[in-house]
Amino acid sequence: MRKLLVYLKGYKKETVFAPLFKMLEATFELFVPLVMAAIIDRGIGQADTGYVLKMGGILVALGLIGLLCSITAQYFAAKAAVGFSTGLKHALFDHIQHLSFTEIDTLGTSTLITRMTSDVNQVQNGVNMVLRLFLRSPFIVFGAMVMAFTIDVKAALIFAVTIPLLAVVVFGIMALTMPMYKKVQAGLDAVLSATRENLTGARVIRAFHKEEEEIGRFEEKNEFLTHLQLVVGKISALTNPVTYIIINAATIFLLYTGAVRVDNGSITQGEVVALVNYMSQILVELIKLANLIITITKALACANRIEAVFEVKSSMEWQTGMAGEAFRQMDQTAVVSMVSGADGLPEKERLAVEFDHVHLTYGGAGAESLSDIHIRVPKGQTVGIIGGTGSGKSSLVNMIPRFYDATAGTVRVDGRDVKSYGMEELRQKVGIVLQKAVLFRGTIRDNLLWGNGAATDEELWEALRLAQAKEFVETKEGRLDAPVAQEGRNFSGGQRQRLTIARALVAKPEILILDDSASALDYATDAALRRALKELPGETTVFIVSQRASSIQHADQIIVLEDGEMAGYGTHEELLADCEVYQEIYYSQFEKQSAVQN
Amino acid sequence: MGQKETFRRVLHYIRKYWLYLAASIVMASVTVALTLYFPILTGRVIDLVVGAGQVDFEGVFAILGQMAVIAGATGAAQWIMNICNNKMTYCIVQDIRNEAFRRIEILPLKYIDAHSYGEVVSRVIADVDQFADGLLMGFTQFFTGVITILGTLGFMLSVNVAVTGVVVLVTPLSFFVAGFIAKKTFTMFHLQSETRGEQTALIEEMVGNQKVVQAFSHEDEALNQFDEINGRLQACSLRAIFFSSLTNPSTRFVNNLVYAGVAVVGAVYAVHGGISVGQLSCFLSYANQYTKPFNEISGVVTELQNALACAARIFSLIEEEPQTPEPENAQTLKCVEGRVELSHVDFSYVPDKKLITDLNLAVKPGQRVAIVGPTGCGKTTVINLLMRFYDVDSGKICVDGADIREVTRKSLRENYGMVLQETWLKAGTIRDNIVMGRPDATEEEVIAAAKASHAHSFIKRLSKGYDTVIGEDGGSLSQGQKQLLCITRVMLCLPPMLILDEATSSIDTRTEIRIQKAFATMMQGRTSFIVAHRLSTIREADVILVMKDGNIIEQGNHETLLKKKGFYAGLYESQFAV
Repeated sequence: MRKLLVYLKGYKKETVFAPLFKMLEATFELFVPLVMAAIIDRGIGQADTGYVLKMGGILVALGLIGLLCSITAQYFAAKAAVGFSTGLKHALFDHIQHLSFTEIDTLGTSTLITRMTSDVNQVQNGVNMVLRLFLRSPFIVFGAMVMAFTIDVKAALIFAVTIPLLAVVVFGIMALTMPMYKKVQAGLDAVLSATRENLTGARVIRAFHKEEEEIGRFEEKNEFLTHLQLVVGKISALTNPVTYIIINAATIFLLYTGAVRVDNGSITQGEVVALVNYMSQILVELIKLANLIITITKALACANRIEAVFEVKSSMEWQTGMAGEAFRQMDQTAVVSMVSGADGLPEKERLAVEFDHVHLTYGGAGAESLSDIHIRVPKGQTVGIIGGTGSGKSSLVNMIPRFYDATAGTVRVDGRDVKSYGMEELRQKVGIVLQKAVLFRGTIRDNLLWGNGAATDEELWEALRLAQAKEFVETKEGRLDAPVAQEGRNFSGGQRQRLTIARALVAKPEILILDDSASALDYATDAALRRALKELPGETTVFIVSQRASSIQHADQIIVLEDGEMAGYGTHEELLADCEVYQEIYYSQFEKQSAVQN
Repeated sequence: MGQKETFRRVLHYIRKYWLYLAASIVMASVTVALTLYFPILTGRVIDLVVGAGQVDFEGVFAILGQMAVIAGATGAAQWIMNICNNKMTYCIVQDIRNEAFRRIEILPLKYIDAHSYGEVVSRVIADVDQFADGLLMGFTQFFTGVITILGTLGFMLSVNVAVTGVVVLVTPLSFFVAGFIAKKTFTMFHLQSETRGEQTALIEEMVGNQKVVQAFSHEDEALNQFDEINGRLQACSLRAIFFSSLTNPSTRFVNNLVYAGVAVVGAVYAVHGGISVGQLSCFLSYANQYTKPFNEISGVVTELQNALACAARIFSLIEEEPQTPEPENAQTLKCVEGRVELSHVDFSYVPDKKLITDLNLAVKPGQRVAIVGPTGCGKTTVINLLMRFYDVDSGKICVDGADIREVTRKSLRENYGMVLQETWLKAGTIRDNIVMGRPDATEEEVIAAAKASHAHSFIKRLSKGYDTVIGEDGGSLSQGQKQLLCITRVMLCLPPMLILDEATSSIDTRTEIRIQKAFATMMQGRTSFIVAHRLSTIREADVILVMKDGNIIEQGNHETLLKKKGFYAGLYESQFAV
C-alpha cells in the first residue's frame, strides 16, 4: 500500500483537510454536554425559560457548524479518493502498456483486468473511509482517555489498559484476515476467468454441448469462493462482539474501582457517571472503527495485488530518445570508418535486416525456438518465410520489431542493433501485421489512423486499395466512418485481415512484415495483394510469412524453417533444386494441381 | 427496471434464506434489548454508590455479576447475528452469480456477439461484488437500527408522552432528507456504473490486445483514450460519492435538532415540574440512542442505492431473452444418416440488411459439400445456421427430415463435429481440451486421435506432454498448434457429420496434406461441410457451392464447374497467378 500512496500526492490539501474538518466536527460534538449541563444547572435550577431557549439556539448553531465541517470533510475525502484512484488507474494502465510480450504472456490478461477494475475500486473505497473516519476515531478514543485522567488517575488506569488491549484485538484480527482476503480475491479471479472463457468460447462450448458441465465447473469455483468468504467473515465478525465485551468488562471494573474510590471519598458520584460516559463514547467510536477495519483490510489486500503488478518490470530495456540518438551517431561514425563494398557505400547501411547467428529461447521453455539464424536482407527485397506449424516463423519475424530479445546473437535493422533503438523509432520503421487480425472498437478510420494519426483520407484510401480492402469498405455504410465492433467482430476474417494490412500500410513502414496475415484471403485476393505490395514505393523491404508456396515463391529470397532451424535459404529455383523440405512443401501444394490443370 | 422492481427481485433471492434472516432478526433483538438494559444496570450501580462510606458493596457485586453475564450474552448474540448475515449475503451472491452464468450459457449467440465481453464480465464480477457489499451492510445495520429505534421509543413513551412527541415529530425529517439524497444519487450511481463498464471494455480491448497496441506504438493514444474515460469517471464518481456522503452529516444535523428540541421542551417541562432532572438526562441519553440508528440506516440507504443500481444491471443480464427454448416434445436425433436439407432459407444479422435469401440445398448422406466464395459472402453464416447458433428468419433446415428447430440442440450438435478457424481452447491440460467431446476416452484413444491429427509429435515435446497446462485461450501455443488440438478434439468424437470452417488455415501444407488424409478417412460415409480458401482442399468434394453475396451462384463438382468457366473457374485459376 505504501508505494501506492504517491498517487495521493497531488491531493495533499485534501488529505489534510478531510480529517481536520472531521476532527473539528468531533470537537463541536464535545461541546454539547457542556451546554446541556448549563441548561440543567442554570435554566432549570433558576427556572429561567429565556435562558433555556437561548441555550437551545446554541445547540442548533453547534449542529449547523458541525454540518458545515462535515460536508467540507466529505468533499475533500471524496475528491482525494477519486483523484487517487484515477491517478492509480492511469499509472497502472501505462505500466501494463510498457510490459514486454514476455510478461504479458506470463501474467495473462484477465487478472490484469480485475486488478485494474475491482481491486482499484476497493482501494478507492478504503482511502475514502480512512480519510473520513480513521483519524476521528482515535482522536475521540484518546480524547476520552485524557478526560478520564483529569478526573481520577487511578480509575483512568483502566482506560490505559483497555485501549492497548483493544488495539491488539483489532489489529490481530486484521493481521489474521489479511492473507485470507487475498485468497478471496484469487477465488474471484477464478470465477472471472471462467465467465470470460465461456463468453469467448461460446461456440465451441455449445458445439460440444458442454453447457451443463461448464455450469458445474463454474458453480464449483463459485462455491469455493463463497466458502472462503464465509471463513473470513466468521473471523472478522468477531471484531465487534469482542470489543464490546472488553469495553463492558472495563466498565464493570470501572464501576467497582469507582465504588471503592467513592467509598473512601476520593471521587464523587457524578464523576463516576462521567467516567462511565467516556467509556461508552469509546465503545461507539470503536464500533465505527470495526466496520472501517473490514473495508481497510480488503483495501489493503487489493492494494497489494495492484502493487504486485507494478513490481513486474519489463524484461526489456529500451534506449530513451537521446541515448538512441547518441548510439546512432556513434554507430554511423563507426560504420563510415569501416567503409566497404564496391560502390563505396558502407555495406551495413544497405542491409535492411540482418540476423547474426541468432538464437531464441522463450522464458520458461526448455528447448530453443530458434537456433543459429543467420540472414542478410538488403533494402527493397521481398523475403518469403515458409515452414511447418511451430517451426519458428513467427518467432523469427517477431524479433525484427524486438517483441522478443535474442538469447544469443544480434538482430540488426538498418545496420544497427535493435537494442540500440528507441522503442518508437524502431516500431516506426517496422510495420508488422500479426497473425491474429485484431481491430478495435470505433470506426474504420479510427483503426487505420493507428498507423499514422496524421494520414489524410487519400492516404487511407490508398492503403485500403493496396490491401485489397477498398472495394468492401466502399460498400459499407459510412465508408471510412463505418463502425467497427470490439475485436472487429462485425467483419469477416478475411476483411479483418485486409484491414489490419491496410492499417500497417498507412504507417508507410520501411520494413513491412506480414505474419501469415493473408491466410483467410482467397487466392485471387492474395495474388492481387502481392501484386500491390510490389508497387510499394522506394525501398520497402517486405517479409511474407506464409503456408502457401504460391505466396512466397516469387520472393527475392526464401527462408525455409524446420523446428527452429534454417533448412534452406535461397531463391525459389535454388531451393527447388536442393532443399528437400522446400520441395516437399512445394509439391504438396502444386504437384496435384498441375496434374489437374493438364 | 425500476428501483422497486429491483428491490422486489432482491427480496425474492432473500426468501430462500428466511431461516437465517429470522435468526438474524432474533439475535439483533436480543443484542439491542441487552444493550439497552446494560445502562439501566449501570444506573442502578451508581445509585448504590452515593458517597464516602455510603456504598452498598453487596448490592454492587450482585449487579456487576449480572452485568458480566449480559455483556457476554450480548457478544455471543452479536457474533451469531454477524455470521447469519455473512451466510445470507454470500449465499445470495453465489446464487445470483450462478444464475447469471446459467443465463450466459443459454443466451443466444446474437447477444454474445453483440456485447463486449468486458461489459458482461464486469456485471458478473464487479457489480455483484458491489451489490454484496451493500447487502451485507444492509443486513448488519438495518435490523439493529430499526429495533433500537423501536426499543428506545417504547421506553421514552413510558416516561413522558409529550417529550416523546417532539422526538417523533422531528425525526421524519431525517428520513425525508435521506430519501431525497438517495433519489438524487441513484442516477449518479447509475452513470458511474455505466462509465465504469465503458472503462472495463476499453481495458479489456487494449490490455487484451496489448501486442497490437505495442506493435503500432499506440500506447500513448491508448492511454489518452483511457484518460478521457478515466477523467469522465473521475467526475461522475466524485459527484456520486460526494452527494451520497451528504446523507450522513445531514441526518446527523437533524438528530442534533431533535436533541436540542428535547433539551428545550424537556427543560421547560422540568421548570414547571413536569419531569425530574434525572428523567430528563435519561431522556437525553435515550434520544441520542434513538436518533443514532437513523444515521446508520441512512448510511445503509445510500449504500443500498448503489447496490440496487448494480443489482439492476445484473438482473437485466439474468432477464435477457434466452435462445428460443426447445419445444416440449423436442425429438432427440439419434445417430443420423446425414441427410441435410435447406429450403427457402432467409437470414440476416441485422433486420434491414439482407444476407442470405432463398437458399436451397439438399445434401445426401455421406456427401462432401464444399462452400467457396469471396470473403464476406456468407459461408460462415451457413455454418452458424447449420449448427443452430442462429435461427433462420424464414424457411427451414432439416436433418434426416426433422426440422432442426424441433429437435434438441444437444442432439443436433452432438451429430456434428466442428472445427473453426477461430481456435478456442479452455484453460486446463492438453488432455482436458482433447477429451471435451468424449470425457470417457481412454489414453490410447486420445493418443490415436492426436496421431491422426499430427498433434502428437508437438504435444510429446511439451514439458509435461498431455498433462501440460495451457492458459486461457491456448496461452503460448501457436495458432497452428491450437488448430491441431481443435482437430484432435473432433477426431476423438467421430460424429456422423462434420463442419470444417477453415479448419486448416493456420497449418502448414505438408501437415495439412497428412491431416487431410486423416480427414478423408474420417469423412468416409460422413456428411461434411467444408469452408476453405485453398481450392486444393475442396477439389475432391462431391458438391461445391459457390457463394456470392449470400446466394449460391454455382453448384456442382470440380470438373463441371471448371468447364462452366464461371466464377469458380476464375477463382481457381487465380491461384496460379502471381
